[in-house]
Amino acid sequence: MAPSLEEPAAQAFDSPQAALEAPLKAQPKLVAPEPEHCPGPSSSAAGTASSCAGCPNQSICASTPKGPDPDLPAIAARLSRVRHSLLVLSGKGGVGKSTFAALLAQGLAGADPRAQVGLMDTDLTGPSIPKMLGVEGEGVHVSGEGWEPVWAEFMLPSRDDAVIWRGAKKTGMIKSFLRDVSWGALDCLVVDTPPGTSDEHLAVNSLLRDAAPRGRLDGALLVSTPQEVALQDVRRMLDFCRKAAIPVLGIVENMSGFVCPKCKAESQIFRASTGGARALADEQRVPFLGAVPLDPRIGMACDYGESFLESYPDSAASKAIRGVVRRVTRAMALRYGEEIMHI
Amino acid sequence: MSLNNIQHIVLVLSGKGGVGKSSVTTQLALGLSLQGHSVGVLDVDLTGPSIPRFFGAEGARVRQAPGGWLPVPVHEAQTRETRGGNNNSGGEGADSSGATIGALSCMSLGFILPSRGSAVVWRGPKKTAMVRQFLSDVLNTLDYLLIDTPPGTSDEHISLLETLLKDVQPPSRLSGAVVVTTPQAIAVSDVRKELNFCAKTGLRVLGVVENMAGFVCPHCSECTNVFSKGGGQAMAAEFEVPFLGRVPIDPAFVRLIEEGVRPSYPEGTMVGGREAEMRVKGNVDGEPSDTADKNAPLVQKYTSCSLYPVFEGIVTTLKQNVEAVS
Repeated sequence: MAPSLEEPAAQAFDSPQAALEAPLKAQPKLVAPEPEHCPGPSSSAAGTASSCAGCPNQSICASTPKGPDPDLPAIAARLSRVRHSLLVLSGKGGVGKSTFAALLAQGLAGADPRAQVGLMDTDLTGPSIPKMLGVEGEGVHVSGEGWEPVWAEFMLPSRDDAVIWRGAKKTGMIKSFLRDVSWGALDCLVVDTPPGTSDEHLAVNSLLRDAAPRGRLDGALLVSTPQEVALQDVRRMLDFCRKAAIPVLGIVENMSGFVCPKCKAESQIFRASTGGARALADEQRVPFLGAVPLDPRIGMACDYGESFLESYPDSAASKAIRGVVRRVTRAMALRYGEEIMHI
Repeated sequence: MSLNNIQHIVLVLSGKGGVGKSSVTTQLALGLSLQGHSVGVLDVDLTGPSIPRFFGAEGARVRQAPGGWLPVPVHEAQTRETRGGNNNSGGEGADSSGATIGALSCMSLGFILPSRGSAVVWRGPKKTAMVRQFLSDVLNTLDYLLIDTPPGTSDEHISLLETLLKDVQPPSRLSGAVVVTTPQAIAVSDVRKELNFCAKTGLRVLGVVENMAGFVCPHCSECTNVFSKGGGQAMAAEFEVPFLGRVPIDPAFVRLIEEGVRPSYPEGTMVGGREAEMRVKGNVDGEPSDTADKNAPLVQKYTSCSLYPVFEGIVTTLKQNVEAVS
């Protein structure tokens, strides 16, 4: 095969903007896999882009009606009573996105008994929210306590089954999360995402943006661990947010510092050799929302599906989390000049 | 097709992110290299490539050669450095298998990106094309190719497996997968999905590595199970796949990667099950982290790391499992 160093590089780096801005329309039924530089069968350039020439799907893509996705009004109707929404993002995996999304939702709901909080897990190939909330094994249901849980896993026959899905299928699943789930009246919808910057992120971003023209996507919360390897991925995520025009509410540093239960001395498990998330936040001019220490009990609470905030309300980690929740609440409320939501 | 010159292909997988796939890949590569094999590392985590940083090769670029791309060299094949104190600690088995260090090279999208901060926002088909190109256009002549993957079971994994299953001849050269997990139940529940992915695609599981099992407090040498313990081993037993070993968290390894500081330990530091060995190593090796050392190659400095003996065992078991396939 002929080497082609320039070709992918040149095409690759002008595309993020195109991928982000592509308005959604109905997804056509394809007869062949999408080609390499496919603009996306649901984008407005479908069937007309230069890479579409010769693609067996071209006529199908080109003949699908252009214009907005017919599902958008349905999604907008579903989300009409959702007052705020925020994304929990991180370029890196395993930094505690799901843990933090769960804690944040519990923190928001726990601060006021009237608050209704929804949590949507868009990590389709590795959903962990069900286990963290202790609702593993349940079907899709609605409860009166402020939770309306829906996860892909609940639709799988067994909890160990792998979801081996390509991008287009994941986009479809996320759409049906938003379209088919009765979210009802929520004060806040917290959206947990998988690591990386790919299909899921593009789908969530464009659906929330297009379905809610008032801009109910309040912003993104970035989670990082202190070491540079993780910060590097977060830097890419900030670049993504900037390109996608998602406001960044701030960065949370998770797993920062560990207090030895025996000698009470603090040590840095993930050493912040470049100043950690705080330095990154300063460098990138985004708010720093706080540092949450590594507490083995958080992991244990998640394993057993208990609420860490309720079980250990006085621990240093709980205090740090509540501080972050407070700052997030303030940041979201300030953005719209609204009253602070019931918290 | 460049895959023809590779003896063994090993994938490093995990359903969960941040369990240390890249760090395990790095250490497997260093371990194999220290046993005298030539090793290549391919990073197919396209949206979050971290292999360049792990090997301290962030500024490097891919070079083009007739017929394809040249991977970025980390170190050339060399004879093992014998420094006063290291002579003893190195003698724990590596010397018996030859004192040569195999060449190590790596390939990642990070070497093609214009800047380390730019986001790669790619949909599935594009990622597929990139993975195919990595497999077909990178020129490698290797004993072992380790492939570091992103978390999950999606486009990258499907494309990788499709291409490998189609192009690797004879199929026995596709040795199988090392599955990495952390001990806590949340991670294990994701990694179980990965084991099922291997089963569905007919990929052999060479073994499970339980990473981040315990943290040794540098102040008092007390070992805390930060992410609980034993989950990986139990999962391996349940799925009837080999268990390769348990790797503790070692902040000195992180420092080695981040700052290039040769690891050193306070006297009597114990690392999971290797107490005696470590104590000897710590004492013999007891020189303070000298800054003059900073420019020594990563592979030389790694031999001072407490995780090296742990990975030496893992690599030896892994090699046996690989041989059993081919």
